[in-house]
Amino acid sequence: MSRDIYDLLGLVAAVCFILALKGLSSPRTARRGNLIGAVGALLATVIVFFYVESPDVLPLNNLGLILAAMTVGVLVGVPAARRVQMTQMPQLVALFNGVGGGAAALVAIVEYLKLGETASLAVLIATIFTVVVGSVSFSGSFVTFLKLQELMTTRPVVFPGGRFVIGATLAGIIAVAAWVITEGGTTPLLLLGALSLLFGVLFVLPVGGADVPIVISLLNAFTGLTVAASGYVLEATLLIVAGTLVGASGTILTRLMAAAMGRSIFGILFGAFTAKAVDAVGSDSARPVKSGSAEDVAILLNYAQRVVIVPGFGLAVAQAQHTVRELADLLTAKGIEVAYGIHPVAGRMPGHMNVLLAEANVPYEQLAEMEEVNPTFAQTDVALVIGANDVVNPAAKSTPSAPIYGMPILEVANAANVIFLKRSMRPGFAGIENELLYDQKTTLLFGDAKTSLTAVVSALKAL
Amino acid sequence: MSDVVALFSIFILAIFIGFEVVSKVSTTLHTPLMSGANAIHGIILVGAIIVADHSDTTLELVLSLIAIVLATINLVGGFVVTDRMLEMFKGKKK
Repeated sequence: MSRDIYDLLGLVAAVCFILALKGLSSPRTARRGNLIGAVGALLATVIVFFYVESPDVLPLNNLGLILAAMTVGVLVGVPAARRVQMTQMPQLVALFNGVGGGAAALVAIVEYLKLGETASLAVLIATIFTVVVGSVSFSGSFVTFLKLQELMTTRPVVFPGGRFVIGATLAGIIAVAAWVITEGGTTPLLLLGALSLLFGVLFVLPVGGADVPIVISLLNAFTGLTVAASGYVLEATLLIVAGTLVGASGTILTRLMAAAMGRSIFGILFGAFTAKAVDAVGSDSARPVKSGSAEDVAILLNYAQRVVIVPGFGLAVAQAQHTVRELADLLTAKGIEVAYGIHPVAGRMPGHMNVLLAEANVPYEQLAEMEEVNPTFAQTDVALVIGANDVVNPAAKSTPSAPIYGMPILEVANAANVIFLKRSMRPGFAGIENELLYDQKTTLLFGDAKTSLTAVVSALKAL
Repeated sequence: MSDVVALFSIFILAIFIGFEVVSKVSTTLHTPLMSGANAIHGIILVGAIIVADHSDTTLELVLSLIAIVLATINLVGGFVVTDRMLEMFKGKKK
């Protein structure tokens, strides 16, 4: 295949990626957009086997090994993507992003080993950028995975002198990068990669659990830029276009997500260093709460005229989406108005809850976004909060020292009655106490969301 | 136009396209969009294949084969998981 034909087909693939992102921005075209992207990726991957420098060197060197490595990748990636539970999907996206960043860093390292002294300054800078940012993305994504999977604490991890260690690591990266440019050689480049891996870990550790999705989005944009930089090193136009598209759209998306949570990106990344130690008001769990039985909850619901259901991650974990729909259907049949109040970041990522409820066939018209539902709480008799905590926590409005301060919340406190279905008094993902739990108008029903809901449904039927 | 300038022009224009295509997107779609964009950068697979072809030493070959495995997971897994997410939305629109 001649260079021109190869580049033209690469252009087709690049257009596919643009259409894919465009399609993904609207609900009606999203799925088609994703498929167009996949077609573009397939095309780009196939043509690279038919063009390399000059036609007479085909087939590629190491062809068998290349195909074997791709097969391994497919055998790992596809089952992981198919089997993952929808509740665990954010972690998987984080892992996929991390391995992409790792791949970009490795490509840059190999190309550097190959070029050695002959690399131009611009190529060297692009290589350094890819190795640093790709490694940060790799290790940083892995830490976000550990946090989301709750294999480590979801609270911000800050240790004495943390700022100094991060600063020293960053200074080390800059010094070693200068060493790569002036002296060159494999040792400084590998050292650069190692320091960047460390930096990725240090950079994500202080981020609180609730902010982790935004960091994933940011690292996603980073990985895109590393792909663009390796495209420059390899003179592969398609990689430049695809990587830049992801870098630019990922940056916008990160800002949109942060805005939906009322947070600044700077505050998310460095907040834990500047915030004073959070003084959890009334952290002694001995304070009195009003806990009720399933029957009490059923009676409250039965005499309501309007009920707003606020689903949270606990609902998804308990796989209670179907039971909550049964409850909503039952209430609707009694002539009670039912709506779901969906916080933009309910679940673990923006839009995550919509995906989870769609999975349970909840009618799309009943899903109300936060801006729509907030003004209606004053006319609401019962707000039923199922496995959610941070997204209804008034501390976001009242306590400037709280890590979630400034995040828009669902104002369930304005409803006449608030019912919490919770597993325990444990605080939410952000790790802060919720004053609303101790309020006079709040009733708590402890237990697994699915068991509790099933009990409420039977109690309601018995009334 | 020299090659470097041509590549740089492509880079700058792509930034604007990237900003433009996602400037308005509802929160409902933030998760699938992130996941879809994530899949697209798996195209580093093409770069990994190119360096595997170039590889002369065992070290280069081993590193590039690892890169191929990682990039394939990112690319293929990313598109599959995004499709699974979006499948849930179908038929729910009025």
